[in-house]
Amino acid sequence: MINPDEDHVAIVDYGMGNLFSVKQACEHVGIRAVITADRDIIDASVALILPGVGAFRDAMGCLERMDLILPVKEFISSGKPFMGICLGLQLLMSESEEFGINKGLNIIGGRVKRFPNYFNNDKVRVPHIGWDRISMANNFVAGDSVLHNIRDGEFMYFVHSYFVIPQEKELVITYTDYCGIRYCSAIRKNNLVAFQFHPEKSGPSGLQVFRNFKEVIYKEVKNG
Amino acid sequence: MQRNVRVIARLDIKGPNLVKGIHMEGLRVLGSPQQFARHYYEAGADELIYIDVVASLYNRNSLHEFIAKTAREIFVPLTVGGGLRSIDDIRDVLLAGADKVSLNTAVLKNPKIISEAAQKFGSSTIIVAIEAIKQPGGDYFAYTDNGREFTGVEVLSWARKVEQLGAGEIMITSVDREGTGRGYDIELTKMITDAVSIPVIAHGGAGKVEHIREVALNTEVSAVALSSILHYDYIKNCEEESYNSTEGNHDFIKSGNTFKIIQPANLTAIKTFLSISNINCRPVTLS
Repeated sequence: MINPDEDHVAIVDYGMGNLFSVKQACEHVGIRAVITADRDIIDASVALILPGVGAFRDAMGCLERMDLILPVKEFISSGKPFMGICLGLQLLMSESEEFGINKGLNIIGGRVKRFPNYFNNDKVRVPHIGWDRISMANNFVAGDSVLHNIRDGEFMYFVHSYFVIPQEKELVITYTDYCGIRYCSAIRKNNLVAFQFHPEKSGPSGLQVFRNFKEVIYKEVKNG
Repeated sequence: MQRNVRVIARLDIKGPNLVKGIHMEGLRVLGSPQQFARHYYEAGADELIYIDVVASLYNRNSLHEFIAKTAREIFVPLTVGGGLRSIDDIRDVLLAGADKVSLNTAVLKNPKIISEAAQKFGSSTIIVAIEAIKQPGGDYFAYTDNGREFTGVEVLSWARKVEQLGAGEIMITSVDREGTGRGYDIELTKMITDAVSIPVIAHGGAGKVEHIREVALNTEVSAVALSSILHYDYIKNCEEESYNSTEGNHDFIKSGNTFKIIQPANLTAIKTFLSISNINCRPVTLS
């Protein structure tokens, strides 16, 4: 029997990005989190977070070298709650255009694409760094999901040069507009959610996402 | 084109103290940086920047403990600068909990650090700070060590070069305006935003909310970095409400010329003013 008060959430440490902030955000809302690259610890976790900042190809390389691809894939198919953040969203896709075509984890069909340099004759500053709105997709009802109590149009913090284009539009739960380019900023598929923005850096609204994630974990543990 | 302008609180830190200078010199002690940082986070700052202002003199950044403390209680992006000389220095502050680093002296001496750091930690992690002083001929040149050391590097070509090397952002400081409250150097800021395609942060000279509007409307800046406007407002409120008083020498703020020029404002007032001026920004959400 899993005890949500004692058991941990694993944050995958594959050498990319500010994991400390993700851990702090978890702990701030009362989620016990461990930063780890250990397969057994990942398997034993009640939920998994895949963060990441940096280059797609390097990240896939690190995951592969550290034998983490299979544990992450198996965790996702186990049905336990999973959260991807930023590069942790992009890595789920089948492939990325970053430095030629590179294969991803292929959990979500679709592609990772770079922002163009210009859009409608306006300069598109890349990387996209800053606070932008997330708009709920038409068919998405926040309900008791990870976006519970997050209002349509809430501001979140983004840092990225690439964005995802999933093949199945039904998986998209929020869109964001940058320089007139409307792109997918969050997806959900069964037990999996992933954000292009950084909830751990998005102030009170971002912390609300972690609170919701905690509720999702509790529910899952109770039902499981 | 509509963009959301970030409002960044910049804290210049010397040892255990928050300080503020004029033309980046003549530092005065304002209080405990931790207290100011927490206040700005709760008041709705979009980002924080910590600069260790004496680190360059000693070749080391001494903010690690402070960064770790910040990362535990503040959930907006944190940039750290001052005295970062090598890839290892950068890694250390990132591991302590910073999201980005601001580099100046080290990359002017060895520009290759930009590409190396961008490759290792991601472009968006690397801000290059450019401290510019206008020359009698009208050209701007880059300085280091808070505007003390002339480098002979012309600012426009340097901005293009740092973008090419992989910097994720540029923070452009007008040393001539810094701490004076006379407004941002629009000519300098526009020159940089027009020349590059990465985000640019304007710094140096904001003395009232109108200055922020001016730079946001007349240039394509992605963000503004503020210090005096915010610091003086917070100190004024702390003293008026006579609770949780900050330590430091505040008499100069009330008596000196600086106070007459700077019109303090809090983040809610700043963002409300920007919104009614049709400049988009993230509204203040109180935690």
